[in-house]
Amino acid sequence: MPDERTLEVRVWRGREGGHFQTVTVPRRASQTVLDVVSWIQRHHDATLSYRFACRVGMCGSCAMTVNGKPRWTCRTHVDKVAEGDTLTVAPLANLPVVKDLVADMAPFFDKWAKARGRFVPESDAPREFHTVRPDTRERQAADAGIECIGCGVCYAACDIVRWNRDYLGPAALNRAWTLVNDVRDTGNDARLAAVAGDAGCHACHSQEGCRTHCPKQINPTASIAGLKRATTAAALKGRL
Amino acid sequence: MTARTETRLWLAQRGSAAVLALCVAVHLATLIYAVRGGLSAAEILSRTRGSAAWLGFYLLFVAAVTVHAPIGLRTVLREMTAWRGRSLDLTMLLFGVLLAALGLRAALAVFA
Repeated sequence: MPDERTLEVRVWRGREGGHFQTVTVPRRASQTVLDVVSWIQRHHDATLSYRFACRVGMCGSCAMTVNGKPRWTCRTHVDKVAEGDTLTVAPLANLPVVKDLVADMAPFFDKWAKARGRFVPESDAPREFHTVRPDTRERQAADAGIECIGCGVCYAACDIVRWNRDYLGPAALNRAWTLVNDVRDTGNDARLAAVAGDAGCHACHSQEGCRTHCPKQINPTASIAGLKRATTAAALKGRL
Repeated sequence: MTARTETRLWLAQRGSAAVLALCVAVHLATLIYAVRGGLSAAEILSRTRGSAAWLGFYLLFVAAVTVHAPIGLRTVLREMTAWRGRSLDLTMLLFGVLLAALGLRAALAVFA
């Protein structure tokens, strides 16, 4: 017997000065928020813009604001987030809106580059493979943050990003911390200088909005605390 | 301001906070003890005047406040307003000097 229930969905249309459009969508078993958005585009209005790729929580491209909270929509079940039979879907906060549900991720990834989030190899290629033992402190610290999929949920959830547009944000700083703990990397002096100060790790208030919302259960606040320790040690040793 | 200076300011603020936690606790405990014991101002001063220990304690307290407050206020102002740069840094430096002067005056007053 078909499910007769419906969902009232308020979906953002346009850019910053846009508006919410209300669409009635059929309820389905195990329906995700991404399923709802896809239904609207296929059956109601083909001009609705949104972004997705893998649909299994790997690519990090489908993050949106769902009922006021940033979430990965492909793995967010409607049953868990709908308030009664209503759902509000908007683009990620703290980023410019390209159109409808598509946020411009350029400022987010530009900050990864500013935080020196790129691996810096030795100038001469090593002849042997590096051995990185899994039980070392550095490897475990890197492992704790390495599964980031770059979805931007933490960036949208961060109050510091909201009031300090220069702040590098949880994801970029978490990335920097994984590289600080990569024993093969040689770029740490420049990296620690890049992540220190008012736009970097020292601006974090440790409110853990990033940790609360991260769909991969990463704790960027802990990574940022690690950067505070590392920059302090570097400053005391005169390496910063 | 360089990354090294910013980091050192952050460290100085955290370090002075640790000192303040101790100083404020001792200060408040002494305050409550003196008031509940019914000591008059003259009786309190008779205990603190000439006491190098109390002078040392309050000089440490004043030094911690002088380091802690301007750095914290600078951060708050940078977060809540658009004020940045050299004018803010110099104003906070002057604020620190003011706190040090007022604090030293009070510390010396209970000593001599």
